[in-house]
Amino acid sequence: MNSHPLFDRIVPAGDGFTEVLPIGSRFRITDLEGNQAVDTLFFAHPDGAEHYDATATLQRQQRIYLTTGSQLVSNRGRTLLTIIDDTCGRHDTIGGACACESNQVRYALDKRHMHACRETFLLQLARNRLDLGKRDIAHNINFFMNVPVTPDGGLQFADGISGPGRYVELRAETDCRVLISNCPQLNNPCNGWNPTPVRVQAW
Amino acid sequence: MLNILHHETLRGGDKCSFILPRHHALTLTASGQRSAVALLAFRAGRTHERYNMPDTLKAQHTAFLTTGRVLLSDMGRVLLSVTGDGCGWHDTITGHLDAAASQAKYGERSYQQARNDMIRNTRDNLLIELGKWELGERDLHANLNVFVKIVADADGALSWQPNVQAGQQLILRAELDTLIVLSNTPHPMDPWPDYAPDPVELAITAVGAPGPDDPCRTSRPENARAFQLSESILA
Repeated sequence: MNSHPLFDRIVPAGDGFTEVLPIGSRFRITDLEGNQAVDTLFFAHPDGAEHYDATATLQRQQRIYLTTGSQLVSNRGRTLLTIIDDTCGRHDTIGGACACESNQVRYALDKRHMHACRETFLLQLARNRLDLGKRDIAHNINFFMNVPVTPDGGLQFADGISGPGRYVELRAETDCRVLISNCPQLNNPCNGWNPTPVRVQAW
Repeated sequence: MLNILHHETLRGGDKCSFILPRHHALTLTASGQRSAVALLAFRAGRTHERYNMPDTLKAQHTAFLTTGRVLLSDMGRVLLSVTGDGCGWHDTITGHLDAAASQAKYGERSYQQARNDMIRNTRDNLLIELGKWELGERDLHANLNVFVKIVADADGALSWQPNVQAGQQLILRAELDTLIVLSNTPHPMDPWPDYAPDPVELAITAVGAPGPDDPCRTSRPENARAFQLSESILA
């Protein structure tokens, strides 16, 4: 790793992060304490109308999980990034981001007050004055999250397969923006019932 | 037999969009194994609220849709309920073909060459219809693939499986006024090398409000809560 990183930051549990990843740069997310879902969107930069597309990515690779070698395809059919290293093993891209409204459906109507990833996405877009909004929040990647799909089409949120210090590393194939919500979900085991910080680095 | 308020044939390669009023049903009938319809759904008049694939799947612990399940919006409300399904599986996770992928699979068959038998790809079809409602690329997220079955094996490899037969139907009931966008164009993972989608029959009927024992409402506690949100004064 280069000793002069583009950035090297800790993202606390329940917090957000966004930064630009220049073409050719390497981007690493480290699950510092283990079993922490990192909800992640990628946008082409500067034209954020082009963004990571989960269904285009699954269609291209004809596999349901993301890992080393997975190309992250945009809604315009371009590869935005490639996963080049992965010490976790697989990552989810059909579970989406938690939201106050979906928490009401999934758990109880009185759960609306609980902090959620889509709140973080909206706040990061607003705070950074990006010309992007709710329309642009596509279906994200959940790094370090385990959402097994069975051959009969069942889907569950299982205990994480990640652990302390596991990381995923990507290479930007074009200039892009990463937008992260370090997931605050407390209603299921996606964060091991205890959301924790993650480290984000690029060089 | 319910009174059919509207009927039309959606030709292979064709597309359309319309508002399905609340408590009306859209019945899609396949005319062959190559009927495959990409579907998008939005809250009519408030199109910032739209069908959300992950929210729909995780609330119902499923990777596909069939009878008793619902299409949820990103605001926790039921847009559409699946009240009838003859083939048992409708794919949610593998998207659609765009112009480049369509050309790679089928080659070129332009309007100049073939007039209205030209090859139309799903993404362009959806973008055209979205444009009629002042919507566009930013509103185009994961679509439902009506009549399509894609299965993941134990290692996560995805494969297309035979699914629909002529005459089989999918029935969707609107729980809120819903803008529906359809494209009857081939699924990207189907096994046929040529472009020859089968027509689909569309019919709209008035079906009334779902009762307290409606199977889509009672199939899971999550669905009951989503119906509560759809039926709220705040909806």
